[in-house]
Amino acid sequence: MGAALDPRTLKLAAIGTAGGLFSGLFGVGGGSVIVPLLLLWLAYPERAAAATSLGAIVVIAAFATVTQGLYGNVDVAAGMLVGIPAVGGVVIGTWLQQRIPADAISLAFAGLLVVAAIRLVLA
Amino acid sequence: MILAALIGVLAGIASGLLGIGGGILFVPALTILLGLHQVEAEATSLLAIVPVAIVGSWRQRAYGNLRIGDAGVIGALSVVGVLAGVALANALPERVLRIGFALLLLNMARQLVQRGVASRRARLAQLPPRAAD
Repeated sequence: MGAALDPRTLKLAAIGTAGGLFSGLFGVGGGSVIVPLLLLWLAYPERAAAATSLGAIVVIAAFATVTQGLYGNVDVAAGMLVGIPAVGGVVIGTWLQQRIPADAISLAFAGLLVVAAIRLVLA
Repeated sequence: MILAALIGVLAGIASGLLGIGGGILFVPALTILLGLHQVEAEATSLLAIVPVAIVGSWRQRAYGNLRIGDAGVIGALSVVGVLAGVALANALPERVLRIGFALLLLNMARQLVQRGVASRRARLAQLPPRAAD
């Protein structure tokens, strides 16, 4: 009982709840909520925050997938077809990151996201 | 099918290159390119995130960055948030959910512009003065 109420556990619970809410609502991992909270509340170094967030996302995304599955919304074939090749893509992207200046790509990609945002709303 | 795999590879490359999450790319790709409804795209994106996050955290663990105890506690205590978020995604009208996601995309675009401008400045500052040629 006492252990469950210690401030650190409460902070982790709040981070999990906020990340889970964001993940379930938008179909993302929730890292954009979890990472800043780990930095701010638990004084995590940046790399540890990103890595620990990713570890939490394994569990959060699995919970959220099962919950969405109960609503009948998960296209299992499409999810596997996107997710498994994406692992290879991340390896390539991380390799490229060390070799090319990312600034032009960041700016170009920002433009692409704006176009996607407009398409989502107008469709 | 080939399109889905291509979406995965390209979103993965962008994710690794830019250090952003896969979901923010999977969801618009699944709705715009594969024509899924917003809530189906979100649900399917969540499944696609799982293998990416497993491999990513396994590699991060090898680098010693992953604090696995905290990650487990955050994950385990996310249940209430997840249930509420998924219920909300299923209750909200498609249009509202799409507008919300579009705002998320615009915010990510803003962050990428900030980061791009900062890293460009840093890179240009590091270049040696150019010799006349």
